[in-house]
Amino acid sequence: MGVKIWVHAEVFEGEIADVAFELLSKASVLAKSIGEDAKVEATLVGCGIESKAALLAEYGAVTVHMADDSSLRLYSPATYVHVLAGMADAHKPDIYLFGATAVGTSLAPAVAARLKTGIAAHCVDIHIGGEKELVALVPSFGGKVIGEILCPVRRPQMASVKPGVLVKKSPAPVPVNIEKQELSSLKLNERPDVSQLEPVKTERHPPEGLPLKEADVVVCGGFGIGGSKNWQLLEELAQSLGGAAACTRPAVDEKWCEEHIMVGTSGQSISPKVYLGFGVSGATHHVCGMSKSGVVINVNQDAEAPIFDVSDFCVKADANSILPLLLDAVRPDGKADRRE
Amino acid sequence: MPYNVAVCIKPVPDPKYYDKVTIDPVKKTITRTGIPILFNPVDKNALEAALRLRERYSGTVAVISMAPPEGAEILREALAMGADSAYLLSDRAFAGADTLATSYTLFHGLKKIEKEKNYLFDFVLCGCESADGATAQVSSQLGEWLRMPHLWNVFLMDAAETGKAGGEHEGNVFSVKTKIENGYMEWRIKSPAVMGVSRELNKPRFTSAMGIVKARNKPITLWNRADLSEADDEFLGLKGSPTQPGEIFAVDLKRSGKFLTGTHEEIVKQIVAIMKTNGILVGD
Repeated sequence: MGVKIWVHAEVFEGEIADVAFELLSKASVLAKSIGEDAKVEATLVGCGIESKAALLAEYGAVTVHMADDSSLRLYSPATYVHVLAGMADAHKPDIYLFGATAVGTSLAPAVAARLKTGIAAHCVDIHIGGEKELVALVPSFGGKVIGEILCPVRRPQMASVKPGVLVKKSPAPVPVNIEKQELSSLKLNERPDVSQLEPVKTERHPPEGLPLKEADVVVCGGFGIGGSKNWQLLEELAQSLGGAAACTRPAVDEKWCEEHIMVGTSGQSISPKVYLGFGVSGATHHVCGMSKSGVVINVNQDAEAPIFDVSDFCVKADANSILPLLLDAVRPDGKADRRE
Repeated sequence: MPYNVAVCIKPVPDPKYYDKVTIDPVKKTITRTGIPILFNPVDKNALEAALRLRERYSGTVAVISMAPPEGAEILREALAMGADSAYLLSDRAFAGADTLATSYTLFHGLKKIEKEKNYLFDFVLCGCESADGATAQVSSQLGEWLRMPHLWNVFLMDAAETGKAGGEHEGNVFSVKTKIENGYMEWRIKSPAVMGVSRELNKPRFTSAMGIVKARNKPITLWNRADLSEADDEFLGLKGSPTQPGEIFAVDLKRSGKFLTGTHEEIVKQIVAIMKTNGILVGD
């Protein structure tokens, strides 16, 4: 019997989350290293989603196991766990991958618990080991240590992977094979946890401007920025450079900026061409999220700040003495040029 | 309606000392000697939520931890914050547990508390993740073992509303919000339920001198493997963990760290030059 690698394709407001394509691309690589009898399949749950299944095929899913029902319009762990665990129970995948999104982080471990199997959380990479088993690489201690996690006996071997760390391949149009999951047999209505938990609505406010992950240059501010007025300068600088602003935890705590631009283990992982940090101390939780940046430049008045250990270029100065000067130098209206 | 609330707490190595974490290159183990343990920060938000429920609706707050014996000092802190009783699940048989085995052990601990106290928990609250492992998996898996609905990343729990007798929401229903990317989801959840809470939910109180005095007279019950008589070895500790650790690697992120020198204006020019050579269009 062939090895089955499953990827759960998260649907958010009718669209498939990008991490699903990243996972499918990686799953194809895993399938190759296992051998010819390995195949990639996807699970798709939601309402009015059938047309999306073709996209999953384009990224390598030969079969899409789908549950399409009005009761599944909004995500709920109570219904989704039941549906996905039911599918896995019926088809016995060997590997089952999830995106470590907000939904995936609540859903994947619950599916694993229902199936009484193991799951590696928030992996930064996955590959196939010598025994043709899944090897998941998991950061801990704020990214200071990376450990391999194996699931030697129970199946499926499960893992959740952070969005944006795996590489998406280019899609190739192929016909899709959909296998529909009958919901009536699952008796969702009779489950007490389903009746106790009602998803009411989803509210999303996609931030304006360039998404952090797509920016070539990221200007990151930490506690050393010192105030919301200076924070505006930092945002202006990011904009003038055609990049994006990012922050560390203390900047969020000070309410200078929103949490969605936070970089680190519990925020985003970024890999811009240039990372430009102001007043960032360099806590391991933050460094873990920015260490894949191309060139790292940091401005901090503390010469002993840990951030300098992970920087290519260091400036020992108050962030706010450099920030306005740099802003003047890079403004598109060429203020700096005029001065010369 | 009074609520019986359990709060799961993890003692973690203090994140301030993660620089001191080293790997034994031969034994492939993590050395954390000398790193003090700490109340996992977001677990305090879970305890705060439980204490506020008790203050508003009356009821009880029990705290539980699966940890080595020194974990008792963290539970003592929870008692000083205001918890009524504390339970420490500690045994070599529990050691090396992954999240499935951890949640299974906590599940049996909670069942035993319910049995001894002769009540059922209405809510089981956890922090949404731990500072060290940060898997964020335990609250959802605990919900599965308990067969309760579970929500993760809860940042808002609105006052309970009482549903109409015999109606769709008979009993107490909470309006809850969970964080998602760029927004939130809103839920109605009926107890009993498990929630993994986020740090935005509330601001945990400080322990008062009075709290510390009171905590001295509150019990910390220690249970070992034999006490959890209904638990199955198949799911306990390292042996009962479906995931097993492989190799571990220290991550070396060190870079050259060249200091730019000169006047601030000169430094700014150098930064602009570095950005240009790395493909950033500056002022063009």
